[in-house]
Amino acid sequence: MNTPITVTSQHHAYRKLLRHRSATIGASIVLFFIIVAIFAPVIATHDPRQANVVERLQGGSAEHYLGTDGVGRDIFSRIVYGTRISLKVGLIAMTFSIGFGTLFGAIAGYYGGRADNLIMRVMDMMLAMPSILLAMVIVTILGQSLTNAIIAVSIVYIPQYARILRASVLRVRELDYVIAAKVIGASDRRILVTTVLPNCLAPLIVQATLGIGAAILDAAGLSFIGLGAEVGEPEWGAMLNENLKFIRRKPLAVTAPGIAIFLIVLGFNLLGDALRDALDPQID
Amino acid sequence: MPAQRTTFLFLTFAWRTYKKLISYLVQRFLSIGLSLLGVSLLVFFMVHLIPGDAALAILGERATEEALVELRKDMGLDKPLYYQYAKFLWDIVQLDFGRSFKTKQPVIDEIKRYFPATVELTFAAMTFSILFGIAAGIIAAVYRGRFWDYVSMSTSLAGISMPIFWLGLMLILLFSYFVPILPSTGRLDVVLDLDVPSRTGFYLIDTLLAGNFAAFRNAIAHLILPAITLGTIPLAIIARMTRSSLLEVLNQPYITTAYAKGLSQWTVISKHAMKNSMVPILTIIGLEVGYLMGGAILTEHIFSWPGLGSWLRASVEARDVRAVQGGVLFVATVFMLVNLTVDLLYAYFDPRIRVGDESK
Repeated sequence: MNTPITVTSQHHAYRKLLRHRSATIGASIVLFFIIVAIFAPVIATHDPRQANVVERLQGGSAEHYLGTDGVGRDIFSRIVYGTRISLKVGLIAMTFSIGFGTLFGAIAGYYGGRADNLIMRVMDMMLAMPSILLAMVIVTILGQSLTNAIIAVSIVYIPQYARILRASVLRVRELDYVIAAKVIGASDRRILVTTVLPNCLAPLIVQATLGIGAAILDAAGLSFIGLGAEVGEPEWGAMLNENLKFIRRKPLAVTAPGIAIFLIVLGFNLLGDALRDALDPQID
Repeated sequence: MPAQRTTFLFLTFAWRTYKKLISYLVQRFLSIGLSLLGVSLLVFFMVHLIPGDAALAILGERATEEALVELRKDMGLDKPLYYQYAKFLWDIVQLDFGRSFKTKQPVIDEIKRYFPATVELTFAAMTFSILFGIAAGIIAAVYRGRFWDYVSMSTSLAGISMPIFWLGLMLILLFSYFVPILPSTGRLDVVLDLDVPSRTGFYLIDTLLAGNFAAFRNAIAHLILPAITLGTIPLAIIARMTRSSLLEVLNQPYITTAYAKGLSQWTVISKHAMKNSMVPILTIIGLEVGYLMGGAILTEHIFSWPGLGSWLRASVEARDVRAVQGGVLFVATVFMLVNLTVDLLYAYFDPRIRVGDESK
């Protein structure tokens, strides 16, 4: 585990990734959703928020590919636009929790002592309760909205990243080249940013990929129980919740958003697993 | 005098024999207490972290001025902060979580009312996932690389990525719509519900106590779909862990010896291999308990299961801060105690990890 990522091992990792079948599948799924999100206005056939009560609960047709929901909105278009929301949720939440997690983990690992103790005790406390419970506390404080659900999910995932980074920093901190940098007289911040952090990246990348999937799933879960996206937004979890009462009359209305969530999470999970295998020198 | 002396001797004996265990337990309870103090700080500050006027946020835009003043007084917002927190702590130590803003009932009574339903559900889900997860894992390990291994492992991979709420909806579609054999909402048919007096709150026990077997069967039928929904992801994870843990053990020389002695495969697996592969499996099971408590909130929503999760969800939606405070503290406490129990079970399965042993 002590080998820093060099050009050759990066190349090696890349080749291993290409050979990996689940990486190809995962990357294809993720790429597919990214394309759908970018071209959503072109792909969608209707305005995802436009209700039309006359056409409510229709079956699939040439006009509405997947039919319409309880207030006559086009399900296909809502799913297409939902891709944008889900990717946005995943990316923002992941960036936010990685940012703070890295900051806390790096400080705790590099400085040790009292800072380490304080930060890690708070993190332990956050991990000491089920994550959805913590998210619900945050939503109670901030009120119900998609933005607040993203904030809640981001905060919930900070401890994971902090722990990973702290462990990596502890490992890298004692290596010769870090000590060398110290001897040259580089400042703590400089050592952290230019020497220590780049060598902690591998586990972070893996966790980030898995983290996007987890964040999407959790935010969809919050929306599903009515504590996330606002009513009427084309968010997959919220769509499941709205269409739950029509499950017997129109099974497709709950099947479709569910499959979308399942696929996007599966995509990120497969990619993350493959990345872990590729970046871990122990598995060859 | 002799009685006191016996007690003293007994205590000295207990201390000498279980010194490590006792000091470990004390340590763990202290750390649980510290974590709970942290959680109590968090839920205490919930009220103060609400942006703007907390009373206004709770009562909504159309609240009258008197109601706002009343609520502020009721929440003690007019007192200094340290006084508020001290009073809050003093109250929760006596299990007094105050009254719900929404229902005006004491929060602790609501928790007592809804908790048994959640316990029943998580217990059923846990039993389901442990039994089938370990069985699937053993099958996969024994038939490694063959058909049943692939079936078992690819099913469990799908199980892991499956959003729990979607799985629940699909089960409802399948078993109460396309093939309508199982109920999909509530804990008991309404007609039967009236016949069964609530004694413990656990319907499986209450119906048996009432001697009403039709209601008992009905309660089990209501439990099946939610339990499968909640238990599937832990099942998949347990199966994968069992497989890899067992494979590792099966490679060891003492297993070869056991086979060489002429023992049957069943004996080797169940008596020799399984006990040594239990530690990682137990760890995973312990972690899954936390997942189950979170997953229960989603599952209860899908199946209109009147448990703690549904209650907590409704409380968050109504911004019933008092109820959320009590509920979160309660669930966090249960969660930590369950984790402690799991840690203690390790020692039973692996004598090398005697609790409190610093040399490990």
